[in-house]
Amino acid sequence: MAQNRGERKWRLDTRRSGDGLLELSCGGGWTLDQNLPAPGEILAGQGEGLRLLSFDTAQLAAWDTGFLAFLRSLFALCAERGIRVDQEGLPKGVRHLLAMAAAVPEQKATRRSGAGESLLFRIGTATLAFFRGAPTMLHFLGEITLSFGRLLRGRARFRLSDLWWEIEEVGPRALIIVSIISFLVGLILAYLGADQLRLVGAQIFIADLVAIGMVREVGALMTGIIIAGRTGAAFAAQLGTMQVNEEIDAFRTLGISPVDFLVLPRMLALMLMVPLLTLYSGFVGMLAGLLVSTTIFDIGLFEYYTETLRALELKHFLVGLSKGSVYGAMVAYAGCLRGMQCGRSAEAVGEAATSAVVTAILLITISASLMTIIYYRLGI
Amino acid sequence: MNATPAPQIEIRDLTMAYGEFVIQRDLNFVVNKGDIFVVMGGNGCGKTTLMRALIGLQRPAKGTVFYGGEDFWNVEPEEQERLKRRLGIMFQGGALWSSLTLAENVALPLKEYTALPPRRIGEIVSFKLALVGLAGFEEFYPAELSGGMKKRAGLARAMALDPDILVIDEPSSGLDPLTARRLDDLILELRDSLETTVVVITHELASILGIGTNSVFLDTETHTMIDTGNPKAAIVSGDPRVRHFLTRGAA
Repeated sequence: MAQNRGERKWRLDTRRSGDGLLELSCGGGWTLDQNLPAPGEILAGQGEGLRLLSFDTAQLAAWDTGFLAFLRSLFALCAERGIRVDQEGLPKGVRHLLAMAAAVPEQKATRRSGAGESLLFRIGTATLAFFRGAPTMLHFLGEITLSFGRLLRGRARFRLSDLWWEIEEVGPRALIIVSIISFLVGLILAYLGADQLRLVGAQIFIADLVAIGMVREVGALMTGIIIAGRTGAAFAAQLGTMQVNEEIDAFRTLGISPVDFLVLPRMLALMLMVPLLTLYSGFVGMLAGLLVSTTIFDIGLFEYYTETLRALELKHFLVGLSKGSVYGAMVAYAGCLRGMQCGRSAEAVGEAATSAVVTAILLITISASLMTIIYYRLGI
Repeated sequence: MNATPAPQIEIRDLTMAYGEFVIQRDLNFVVNKGDIFVVMGGNGCGKTTLMRALIGLQRPAKGTVFYGGEDFWNVEPEEQERLKRRLGIMFQGGALWSSLTLAENVALPLKEYTALPPRRIGEIVSFKLALVGLAGFEEFYPAELSGGMKKRAGLARAMALDPDILVIDEPSSGLDPLTARRLDDLILELRDSLETTVVVITHELASILGIGTNSVFLDTETHTMIDTGNPKAAIVSGDPRVRHFLTRGAA
């Protein structure tokens, strides 16, 4: 069939006999690149009383899937209208391929219908899904708690090398991006403070603003959000891909808790590293404040230094560190949760990564607000 | 009659390597039009790497592949694209696009490379899916299918454009015997009816001996081919290593 593809146009002659017989004479090329007729049009002109369809393909020069697909729809139409089809006149290859296509009966499973749902229905399903999500989150939290319990009793099964690897991945390798963002935020804080404090002639308090701001709040917040995007998404993608490859099922069948083996090292790595990154972020932010103050706002280097020392208290560091740990845990929790919940396709892995970042940022925001209120009440 | 040259593949001095590590060297063989050509060999001998060189995914370290006399690896990129369009490829796991339904998977090449109206594309898609025994699965997503079904859907996609040459990686591994047999029958029928040349990468003996008309045997130890020709003849009079392979170690 290949050699004549596109060389000749299709031809169709119909011959109707009196006793309800219709013979289709197919000539020329019946190929994919031809604008073949619709089966319905051919039968439409025939009126009532058609009982048998037969073929004459003596003049058929070339055929391919185009012809086969045409015949298949034609046969389906004939079956609908109770017209018998005599395939004798068709080429052998055509008959064989059509028979092969009919060998396995059509699956009559329920087909999905996503497009036709009303807006109200979709809002309802989304709401239900949201509330169904809460118990799963709590369940996962429970599993992690149990896993930490096993860790404390020295019974959690995971490899220390995995923990070291994760620590290196989430800590030292994140230094550059944390430096850049923290420097910029420190810079912005200093400018912002300078602008306001100038009104009362108290520009030296830029040092207090930057130091307390960075160490207490902004360092942890920025680090948390960077880690959510950088590491949380990676956790979700890693665990999601493992879910697709049935690696997580393999752990379960071996009786090894995937939470111990996969989630615990990631969780620990982030809880250890994010506070350190928070400290580092605060330091870089203060450095930026120092740079701005000394070069642009004419504050002496020593002046800024002593003012910073005077402003900072241990409690600020503790607040920052505690927030860093909580944010780290939130990011690890969200990343691992979404990864473990991942479906079994490439698309699901993408959704898991997206959802991990969104969940992590949401959790960070909620916990940041709660902790700020609690620390304020406690007067810390 | 002959508007397009015969879809014949010639592999000349082909060496495939990952850096310093040579997978297979000095391969020379010819696939004739209408062949069901079996690429066989033990695990890790480089069958799939050879396939990647055949279909343009991995440039060989040395040598080249000719399609109908055209040097596939040394032509202009546009020409290479044109040659690639004569190939239909089924990957080992199906390699279906997971965000598309089966119908959309099979329809994509038709939409890209033909000007057919959607109604006819729909007809062709459901016919191709029916051919591989997946009638009625049009609206399913790959994630909802079993491994064997994905594989068969991958074949339906490979056949979408009625390619001159069909390259199939491990068609029957992971399929039940009846389905595997049906797939073999389909390959034979495609060759007979549509004059498709089929390159099958496999180590399933039933398929090799059942449908293969020509073959090449890639050896894992010597990193080169040790026999080419009809596998049914090779089992009787071929190289001892090939006979050993084809008789599961009995000869």
